[in-house]
Amino acid sequence: MEKLGIDSLLRRPEMGAFLGMVFVAIFFSIFGGILFMSPQGIASWLNVAANLGIIAIPVGFLMIAGELDISVGAMLPAASMTTGIISGHYGLPIIIGILAPLALGAVVGLINGFLVIRTNVPSLIITMGTLFALAGLSLFLSVYFTNTTSAAITAPDWAKAIFGSFIGGTYQILVIWWIAISIIHFYFLHLSPWGNWVYAMGGDKISARNAGIPTDRLTIGLFVLSSVSASFVGMCQAILFNSAQVSAGQSYIFNSIISVVVGGVLLTGGFGSVVGIVFGTITFAIVNQGIYFTNFDRNLSSLIIGAMLLIAVLANNTFRKMALSYTRKKKA
Amino acid sequence: MSMENKVPVIALKDVNKSFGPIDVLHDINLEVRAGEVLCLLGDNGAGKSTLIKILSGVHQPTSGTIEMDGNPVVFDTPRVASEKGIATVHQFGGTFALMSIGRSFFVGVEPTKGWGPFKVFDRKKANAIAVKAVQDFGITRIDDGDRLVGGLSGGERQSLAIVRAVHFGARVLILDEPTAALGVKQASHVLRIVNQAKKRGLAVIFITHQVMHAMAVGDHFAVLIRGAVAADFRKGEKTREQITDLMAGGETMANLEAEIENYMQSHDGHPPAAH
Repeated sequence: MEKLGIDSLLRRPEMGAFLGMVFVAIFFSIFGGILFMSPQGIASWLNVAANLGIIAIPVGFLMIAGELDISVGAMLPAASMTTGIISGHYGLPIIIGILAPLALGAVVGLINGFLVIRTNVPSLIITMGTLFALAGLSLFLSVYFTNTTSAAITAPDWAKAIFGSFIGGTYQILVIWWIAISIIHFYFLHLSPWGNWVYAMGGDKISARNAGIPTDRLTIGLFVLSSVSASFVGMCQAILFNSAQVSAGQSYIFNSIISVVVGGVLLTGGFGSVVGIVFGTITFAIVNQGIYFTNFDRNLSSLIIGAMLLIAVLANNTFRKMALSYTRKKKA
Repeated sequence: MSMENKVPVIALKDVNKSFGPIDVLHDINLEVRAGEVLCLLGDNGAGKSTLIKILSGVHQPTSGTIEMDGNPVVFDTPRVASEKGIATVHQFGGTFALMSIGRSFFVGVEPTKGWGPFKVFDRKKANAIAVKAVQDFGITRIDDGDRLVGGLSGGERQSLAIVRAVHFGARVLILDEPTAALGVKQASHVLRIVNQAKKRGLAVIFITHQVMHAMAVGDHFAVLIRGAVAADFRKGEKTREQITDLMAGGETMANLEAEIENYMQSHDGHPPAAH
């Protein structure tokens, strides 16, 4: 797209995340030894990154647009349980178990979006409300339908092949999905005209509306995208692991936000990139999993993630300032 | 050239606005012709922003009419107003700090290239048009459409916002305190842009409380006090001091000066102690 000089690379939003990713990859390759670089070692973080990455990109879109969605933490297990209950507990065709959670995701996204545009309450609070409400509802309905908080499910081969299998026994099929979805999202944000709307909305919502951008519809659309993405991952996990639990998924709230922020997205909106979010997700996944390949106490992993987040935010602030103050070389 | 003969592009006739029991605007009569700058002066709370909102379709008058080219019009929504060519530029409004100049310029009207569902934002075209539009207004320092808007100076950014409105077909340009947050040099950039817009035949309504800035570009002045037009005069009919006094609500400034003068005479030339 742009001239690829060193200086123009330094001004891109994903630069901090790229440097962070390279750093942690080298760090854990040194301290994690040969096993970390083996196919199994790579799979350990790549699988985590794929599950997280599919959710992190739409969460990042919302952040670029000036909103937050933490309800993904309840959406994922709710979708998982929906698949488990429909196609596992009641044995209905898997296609219903695939489509129903996605429809549920769309409904939750619509509710989030409508509440945000109608009430003007910050989306952090709105989605915190739907996070708890949805978590409570899934627990209640799981016990109501199945008398337990989990459901076993055996999906037919075709469904497993598409949504829940291991390639070569180690890499989840979700890795392929993640790559494909990232490419589509890249097109949407950076190449299509709609991407411009997302940035404009996060930069200055009132000006964006004055410029004729349908900010309400776009906001609702982005909330639907993040909820449906979380349900997709939840549904795939149920099919992959042959079971669904009510309690799985809370970790995705913070992990997705960390990936997005490490990836160079500005928390207050208006700045960020898909490539940055992908790098941020990989960085997070390497730190999260790499610790198991080292001799360090694994309790230190959160300490490293915390420190990494702070360093990343400071680095990204610096890179953003460089981008802002950039001018072409003055003519002599 | 006789401006009085031309039909005003936009005119307010006996416009009143009240919010419940509170009257905000009384019998406002104003008109702006093409190629003319109307400076709307007034202290805080004089009703300037309500007047802007009526002109830009955010509020509707309680009574009275708005006319464009001599025909009555109703602005139900801001969109209707903007479709009729009314562009309101608030401070930095319509520019986005963390977007490139090209992208920011075309927000909502992105040029695309490509085919069918695979249309992509045409960055080169957007940058070229945006940079040319800005340079045509005399801001030659902006030559790279990839630069982020937030890296521009305040004056350049405000100018970009005005140029954008003009580029997309505005006939009436409402500038809401465009120079308020700017230093002297930056403000002069913006005033140059206002003059350019005027030369291109736009009707400009320039809202400010900086008399110097108003006098630099204005053809026609209206002073708003407590929701009414307290004075309406043309260029050269009043001095800066007279205008300042009018804005402050009468002879206040002269009184204040006399008061200080008296005090200093009676206190051996010392100014009054600050309380």
